[in-house]
Amino acid sequence: MSRDGEKNGFSVIGKPLPRIDGPAKCAGDTRYADDIVMPRMLFSRLLRSPHPHALVHGVSARRALELPGVHAVITGEDVPTKFGIMPSTQDEEALAVDKVRYVGDPVAAVAAVSEDVAEEALRLIDVDYQVLDPILSIEGALEAEDHRIHTWNRRANIQKAVSFEFGEVEAGFEEADEVFEGTYFFQGNTHLPMEQYCALATCTPDGKLTLWSSTQTPHYVHRALSRVLDRPMGHIRVVATPVGGGFGGKSDPFSHEIAVAKLAMITGRPVKITLNREESFYVHRGRHPVKMWMRTGVKRDGTLKAMWFRSFLDGGGYSSYGLATVYYTGALQTVTYDLPAYKFEGVRVFTNKPPCGPKRGHGTPQPRFAMEVQLDEIADKLGLDPVELRLKQVVEPNTVTVNGLRVSTIGLRECIEKVAASSGWKEKHRLLPPGHGVGFAASSYISGAGLPIYWNDMPHSGVQLRADRGGGVTVFCGSTEIGQGSDSILAFAVAEELGLRPEDVRVVTADTDLTPVDLGSYSSRVTVMTGNAAIQACGNLKERLFEVASEVLEVPADDLEMEDGRVRSRSLPDRGLVFAECVERAETRFGTLGATGSYRPPRHPGDYKGAGVGPTPAYSYSAAVVELHCDGETGEIRIDKVWIAHDCGRAFNPLWVQGQVEGSVYMALGEVLMEEQVFRKSGVHKIPSILEYKSPTTLETPPIETILVETDDPEGPFGAKEAGQGPLLPVIPAVSNAVYDAVGVRIREIPVTPDKILRALDQRLKDPTVPAFEFPTPIRWAPGQGVEVPQKS
Amino acid sequence: MSSGNLNSETITGKRLLRLRVNGELHEVAGHVTHSLLEVLREELGLTGTKHGCELGECGTCTVLVDGEPIYSCLMLAVEAEAAEIATVEGLAQGGRPHPLQRAFSDLSAAQCGYCIPGILLAAKALLDKTPDPTRPEIEEALSGNLCRCTGYTKIIESVEQAVSEMNGSHE
Repeated sequence: MSRDGEKNGFSVIGKPLPRIDGPAKCAGDTRYADDIVMPRMLFSRLLRSPHPHALVHGVSARRALELPGVHAVITGEDVPTKFGIMPSTQDEEALAVDKVRYVGDPVAAVAAVSEDVAEEALRLIDVDYQVLDPILSIEGALEAEDHRIHTWNRRANIQKAVSFEFGEVEAGFEEADEVFEGTYFFQGNTHLPMEQYCALATCTPDGKLTLWSSTQTPHYVHRALSRVLDRPMGHIRVVATPVGGGFGGKSDPFSHEIAVAKLAMITGRPVKITLNREESFYVHRGRHPVKMWMRTGVKRDGTLKAMWFRSFLDGGGYSSYGLATVYYTGALQTVTYDLPAYKFEGVRVFTNKPPCGPKRGHGTPQPRFAMEVQLDEIADKLGLDPVELRLKQVVEPNTVTVNGLRVSTIGLRECIEKVAASSGWKEKHRLLPPGHGVGFAASSYISGAGLPIYWNDMPHSGVQLRADRGGGVTVFCGSTEIGQGSDSILAFAVAEELGLRPEDVRVVTADTDLTPVDLGSYSSRVTVMTGNAAIQACGNLKERLFEVASEVLEVPADDLEMEDGRVRSRSLPDRGLVFAECVERAETRFGTLGATGSYRPPRHPGDYKGAGVGPTPAYSYSAAVVELHCDGETGEIRIDKVWIAHDCGRAFNPLWVQGQVEGSVYMALGEVLMEEQVFRKSGVHKIPSILEYKSPTTLETPPIETILVETDDPEGPFGAKEAGQGPLLPVIPAVSNAVYDAVGVRIREIPVTPDKILRALDQRLKDPTVPAFEFPTPIRWAPGQGVEVPQKS
Repeated sequence: MSSGNLNSETITGKRLLRLRVNGELHEVAGHVTHSLLEVLREELGLTGTKHGCELGECGTCTVLVDGEPIYSCLMLAVEAEAAEIATVEGLAQGGRPHPLQRAFSDLSAAQCGYCIPGILLAAKALLDKTPDPTRPEIEEALSGNLCRCTGYTKIIESVEQAVSEMNGSHE
């Protein structure tokens, strides 16, 4: 949505001004979920399964209830309704009804006078388990045809299998001069937000329930609570407290949220639960481990002719977002480089491990790793520069890709050129001394999912604006501040539109009683969607302000603008009204002043089943160069520097966008160098602690040079696209490619650890494997065609 | 973590603690087994100090005890009775934020903000001893505090900005 041309420049957009929540966060004054204390508050703990796979024949709370200080114990029978984030795969129970599916699966919940008493009560709950063999690998899940983790799914242990063929794939491979094939493995990892999961519920005597939770998606939690507790949504209020880090890990409705709500209903007292760090590793919904196979056909000059990609996702014990994830592993390969023919087959299986879900980049970092490493291999074999190979086939603006995705603005070419120039790519690639190397990769991500998670035609984001006679402005929106800056985005968008200072705009967010629905902080959707909704609300308010100002100032309404806290004439700038006076006059004329705005993404061209995953209002683009050195004796990698260019549409605020880019680079380095969720053969997590689950400190984080590329996207608010997830994507393959440049070995799996480098140097590192699997008959589609083919998995 | 007789825990497990926090003397009943973190947050209402693991692994709960940065989850409150304790709530002086707080806010270095109180205190401990630190000294001083949002870049730049402001104002 572009501005209506009333001002030439921006007053607050694009300037390095501070976030509105900085002073409170730096004073320790921000109230996160666990900081909330209520009179008569009880404390909850969850009893979790010690077995990865077991039937639950009975749970007895008798002994626990006898413990002084215990007020209630609930089990699966008390909350038996299944739920889940995706409407078609509701396979979770708040507390196990008859089966547990991973070590850590909740079985019972206690409310007691203290955490210590609640913890003691857990030891007095008797569970009659019948232990079953666990399934702990993708291969194990596919082979165990008579041994199921769930019974609702059609094929044993397969949550979803999909298959697509876009364009003439066979012909594309025939036209190719060279065909390259490879297997890749992306290990699973977790978000590791510094704030543990926490929720607090109250149920007042009128039966109204309130839940405060560290959640990224209060609207979806609202829906799930209503369903499981069988109470109307109007009787339930969900408030997302400021989230102490999410990265996708707090996007599902969770057992602990439902448990404290139910316990508050039973006890009539506030009930709080704070998960400990070990539990946070089980609850996580982190990055899926994905095994991949990729075949790419190219002309001798590197031009892509066809690609065939297979992904095998290790989903863990429940569906979570998995349905979307499996599609995402295949969706975005087409939006960076021209690809005339593309085949994608993907399958997500159940295993007896903590369920995986969305983590920064949701399902796209894994295939991007495979693709960008394979392109590096292709460039190497064909004797081409990897940067040139990409530059010659960057997708043009305003294209519809072979799988039906509409690319509007694309700053990829500029990203690649700038990152290559500033890193000195040409002087370094294949030219650095032994042990030193540079690697390149590029990528794309969505600025918000094109479709909501549950089917509806309502807005994805709504904003209400209130102006009072003192000149105060409050913006109400369901969006959730998880650290990405969404509250500040609202304040700045409104300040820009109304000519106010950001600190003069009050922001009320993420409260289902007070704020219109915003779907949540996921899929990098918030800036684009809330920003547009806020601009629309401001436009509606301005109509009334301009109507009265036009009369008072005796100038036409279309000559008015809002700037420096005034409504003033553009042609006669000394004619103006201060904002508060204008509001007062408008309230006198129209009564209480409020305005609303809403946003729904544009319709997308794909119309096949599965086309809902991938479309977005706008794609962001990133390109990265990593320089590192690698010790041939120890295999240790040191990252010397990362250069990253990101097409963010417009830098809504350069400081905040840089912050998102720097954080994405950091998180990528953790994933590619050290982070992994690993499990013992017994199904027990090997390293559920921050000490053992290694993540980068200040000492492992290299200098990051961020270059922002602006493309002024017509769909973005003030031209902005996403910045919070996309910049993670290119860094991971760029590290693997840099290792190849440094020491000449290809590491086709992450994390790229010293032991793997040493084994590769010894030629003992085996390529990842993929299982044999019969995918469904593909849906065939090409742009312009519109036939839906029914498909079952 | 409790064990055994509940009554002995709830009735005899508490004793009077005297803690000097941010220059203010507090008398509060607390469990002898409870950490300084728990007593600060739960008995004194100083929730500015956060927790990320309660096992001494993440640095989120860093406070200053006699000027030294410590993980408050690893120290018993009874061990801190004779000490000067500083938390994030005590950083501002006379309503004016500490230069570190101003710099972190100005550069938008606090994203989710959850690790920031601990990092501010670790940084203050550094600057109290080393008023003009090098970048490696800053990195070393903050290496015990994890942050998952920022990639540490804006955090380190904020410390450097605070240093130049503090050193400038001395001239």
